[in-house]
Amino acid sequence: MNNQGRPTRPSGGETTRRGTFTGNRALDMEEALIFETGRLDATGVDLEAPAPFASKLGAHARSAAIGLPGLTEPEAVRHYVRLSRNNYAIDAGLYPLGSCTMKHNPRLNEKMARLPGFADLHPLQPISTVQGALELIDALAQALLTLTGMSAVAMSPKAGAHGELCGMMTIKAALAARGEDKTRTVVLVPDSAHGTNPATAALIGLSVRAVPAEADGVVSAEAVEAALAPDVAAIMLTNPNTCGLFERNIVEIADAVHAAGAYFYCDGANFNAVMGKTRPGDLGVDAMHINLHKTFSTPHGGGGPGAGPVVLSARLAPFAPAPSIVGTGDALSLAEHHEGRQAFGRMSAFHGQMGMFVRALAYILSHGGDGLRQASEDAVLSANYVRASLIDLMSAPFGDRPCMHEALFDDRWLKDTGLTTLDFAKAMIDEGYHPMTVYFPLVAHGAMLIEPTESESKASLDLFIMTLRDLAMGALGGERERFVAAPVHAPRRRLDETRAARQPTLRWAKPTPA
Amino acid sequence: MRYLPLDAADRAQMLARVGAPDIDALFADIPAAKRLNRPLDLPGGMSEIEVERRLTRMAARNVAAGSVPFFLGAGAYRHHVPATVDHLIQRSEFLTSYTPYQPEIAQGTLQVLFEFQTQVAALTGMEVANASMYDGSTACAEAILMAHRLTRRRKAVLSGGLHPQYSDVAATLGGMADEEIVRLPLDPHASEDIAAAIDDETSCVVVQSPDFFGNLRDLEPIAAAAHAKGALLVAVFTEAVSLGAVRSPGEMAADIAVGEGQSIGNALNFGGPYVGLFATRLKNVRQAPGRLAGETVDADGRRSFVLTLSTREQHIRREKATSNICTNSGLCALAFSIHLTLLGEAGLRRLAALNHAAAVDLAGRFGAIPGVDVLTEAFFNEFTIRTPRPAAALIDELAARGIVGGLPVSRLAPNAGLDDLIVVAATETSTPDDRRSYAETLAQLLQTGGKR
Amino acid sequence: MTETRYTKDHEYARVEGDVAVVGISDHAQQQLGDVVFVELPAVGVKLAKGDGAAVVESVKAASDVFAPVSGEVIEVNGAVDAQPGLINEDAMGRGWLLKIKLADAGELASLMSEADYAAFLKTLA
Repeated sequence: MNNQGRPTRPSGGETTRRGTFTGNRALDMEEALIFETGRLDATGVDLEAPAPFASKLGAHARSAAIGLPGLTEPEAVRHYVRLSRNNYAIDAGLYPLGSCTMKHNPRLNEKMARLPGFADLHPLQPISTVQGALELIDALAQALLTLTGMSAVAMSPKAGAHGELCGMMTIKAALAARGEDKTRTVVLVPDSAHGTNPATAALIGLSVRAVPAEADGVVSAEAVEAALAPDVAAIMLTNPNTCGLFERNIVEIADAVHAAGAYFYCDGANFNAVMGKTRPGDLGVDAMHINLHKTFSTPHGGGGPGAGPVVLSARLAPFAPAPSIVGTGDALSLAEHHEGRQAFGRMSAFHGQMGMFVRALAYILSHGGDGLRQASEDAVLSANYVRASLIDLMSAPFGDRPCMHEALFDDRWLKDTGLTTLDFAKAMIDEGYHPMTVYFPLVAHGAMLIEPTESESKASLDLFIMTLRDLAMGALGGERERFVAAPVHAPRRRLDETRAARQPTLRWAKPTPA
Repeated sequence: MRYLPLDAADRAQMLARVGAPDIDALFADIPAAKRLNRPLDLPGGMSEIEVERRLTRMAARNVAAGSVPFFLGAGAYRHHVPATVDHLIQRSEFLTSYTPYQPEIAQGTLQVLFEFQTQVAALTGMEVANASMYDGSTACAEAILMAHRLTRRRKAVLSGGLHPQYSDVAATLGGMADEEIVRLPLDPHASEDIAAAIDDETSCVVVQSPDFFGNLRDLEPIAAAAHAKGALLVAVFTEAVSLGAVRSPGEMAADIAVGEGQSIGNALNFGGPYVGLFATRLKNVRQAPGRLAGETVDADGRRSFVLTLSTREQHIRREKATSNICTNSGLCALAFSIHLTLLGEAGLRRLAALNHAAAVDLAGRFGAIPGVDVLTEAFFNEFTIRTPRPAAALIDELAARGIVGGLPVSRLAPNAGLDDLIVVAATETSTPDDRRSYAETLAQLLQTGGKR
Repeated sequence: MTETRYTKDHEYARVEGDVAVVGISDHAQQQLGDVVFVELPAVGVKLAKGDGAAVVESVKAASDVFAPVSGEVIEVNGAVDAQPGLINEDAMGRGWLLKIKLADAGELASLMSEADYAAFLKTLA
């Protein structure tokens, strides 16, 4: 048992719970590691040996064995197909992860990204040979500017957190140009912020000052004014915020921040709620990163890659990092160096996540302006539909009021059941659903954040709602085993995470003979 | 619209349940003056046929690397990726799954990460590797920050053989974080005395091998010099296939090994997405950035994998995190791992040998051209030549003749006085005919002095 | 005379003569869950009351431990380094973290007594 009385390690002796010779259960299969099934001399790639030649490696040649097993093609295919079947995925079911926007990943995007004219292109080819690539990046950049009402966009950040870093660095560069980077070293951050926000501030030497939200879940202009001082560089706000609420005082907040000589960074993770409904540029935002893998459907890939372009206001535009696309029409080029301009430097090698740009542009072209607005409206409607269908059973920190694209519940409704948010989440797994985001944001105790997205049919939403109602009523009705033992039907039951952290085993090692 | 399942009847029913008169009632918190009451200035939604037409036309304006003799590396390398790799990464369960925060239903991803970490550790000769970073350049910058944390010093010394854009990224992050970054001048001959630049305030030296110019460098004496002053060695590579033929960073006593994994499993993709490799000694792992997959058991005693040591990361430690990184490069790491599994040790060594042979062949041909000097003595699949005429113009003339000849150093370092250098790469995707054609064309161009 | 005083952040200081044995309370350990790692200060470090003294990590959280009193760190508990689970098993006893030589015994007066801490815990429930 762990501290909370849930089984996480075997009570004594291994059990062949499954009762079959292989340990498999029909299509639910166990799969060993490649280090246990592969061989150093096996290969699934036929390569001819080079003709004899005089090596120029000198003393640098690698003679010792590396330790990399190989598999032939049929063995490799089986290995990875079997592994894949142990994963939940958007393609398989509703993925209600709040703040992650698990919408459908269109397959047209995959086909377009694989066109040789995009995929088989080296970033440093002569500019005359990559005009179509620059045209694509520019088209996406223009679309993002239209959607956000901002003046410029830095396309190079490789992920959302990287985009945050880029945006904050741009702000720091703008302050340096005014000679204020040494005096303005504090960033205002609400308690509900995602962990990347304070982590980003700390990375560039800024300290964090918390801004409290009001009882209704949003930040007031008064609270911001109270926290503003000559030492403030910027405020970092997420809008809609991590509680799923639109920061309705945002314009007054932006005005106060600007009047105090500071900048307004907006975390754009929740942009899916407001496409075509409002624009960050109109709200006073100076910099906002966009998660292409959230709002613009590029696939999550089991954890990445993402892409995090940053839209900038006119006052920050001069400080955007290298590279940027310059020129017009048929003669586009790349400005790759920042000397002589005010760009603060470079976020990464090369130009950005081109593979994700193709996918995002295909998504935008497919929807058009009306389609994107419809997507946001459906996302908000679906979240409210789920919220309204559960609010009689589950408690919400800010009462029975509408949300944006995600619905936040807390664990007060569970308090007499002896069950936790985690237990509830694990029971969802047995019902065939990936759990919602849990224990975030920190401002809600035992938070449960549900974001269905616009990709769900009404039938799918209704089944999800009925399932959660069944679970909730079960919990309130005294059911216990269904929750504390969950999940029992997944490929694995609850894992011993304590052991993983106390005795970290981070790679396979050849077992030593007993 | 083909991606939006709700229809008008659905929406009406849902609004009724919500108790809202219309959809705009749910957007009431947007200040009235800031509501967009007009359509966005974007074209209307397109069918698949229209999107394909538009994007195919854009793609056709580019010269795909595989359509011409191709000799460009400089941090990204064109290799053949077996068809199986791209097929497997497009399986729904790999493509459309999220970060494995619920391990019971993510053992596919987690086991792959555990295998990937083991492969990267083996390849780099280090004890432990993370589940990947965005790319080699950001991995390098993060390694420097880690060295600062471990040594409690703030000065990093960057070799003149480090890829100029990697140095730019490190300098950008270091400058913002108030760290000191010492950049040695670009070093095409691998003749710098980096040991002399290390002092008691140095947290790390960052050395690339094979370096930006292709030189193979012996890192062992540099490691010794660093350790003697209490500093660390960060070893960098941009061509992962080289580790199938050259001594690993771990063998040369590196403390942190970082590099670009794109060469294995991943297309060129005009610069991204790529996959950063990050490996170190076990004793340093708590200061390492990025995700880590670890082994454990479940409640039935079965071997399982889970993300672990998460308290280093942003979602828990917030401003005290080792980095702000959230995503890794999951799907690219998967592609890397599948390709490396298909190759196996024997296949990787064979692939590396083919690469080296191609480069040796091409360097030999250049050596026979009057006025062209091959500067690099020991190299893997990339080397630097000096030309009698400015390199950038030559590369453009070669492009006009349908050959992508390499990188003119002046493109990445415009003010370094190295305008007559080209960094040339030859991988297994170049044929003997390609190489012969390049050498002959270059010779012609130099004879005629650039006239067409 | 041994008395134990508590902070609102759930640190305790068990006074033995002019030395305070510092750790996290049983309540804190329960909230944290299984402890997986402890970061302890170096012996000889001088702490002011309220300074970050140690970090206790569970799987899902990392908790800063703040010095309840000022003074020099004269000893740290090597046993929790090797066996972080001791903090869960016996937070008040074998799971102690560090010993501080009291710089100002007067600081103890502003900490909660055992009874006050028990009452404080009830308000949190």
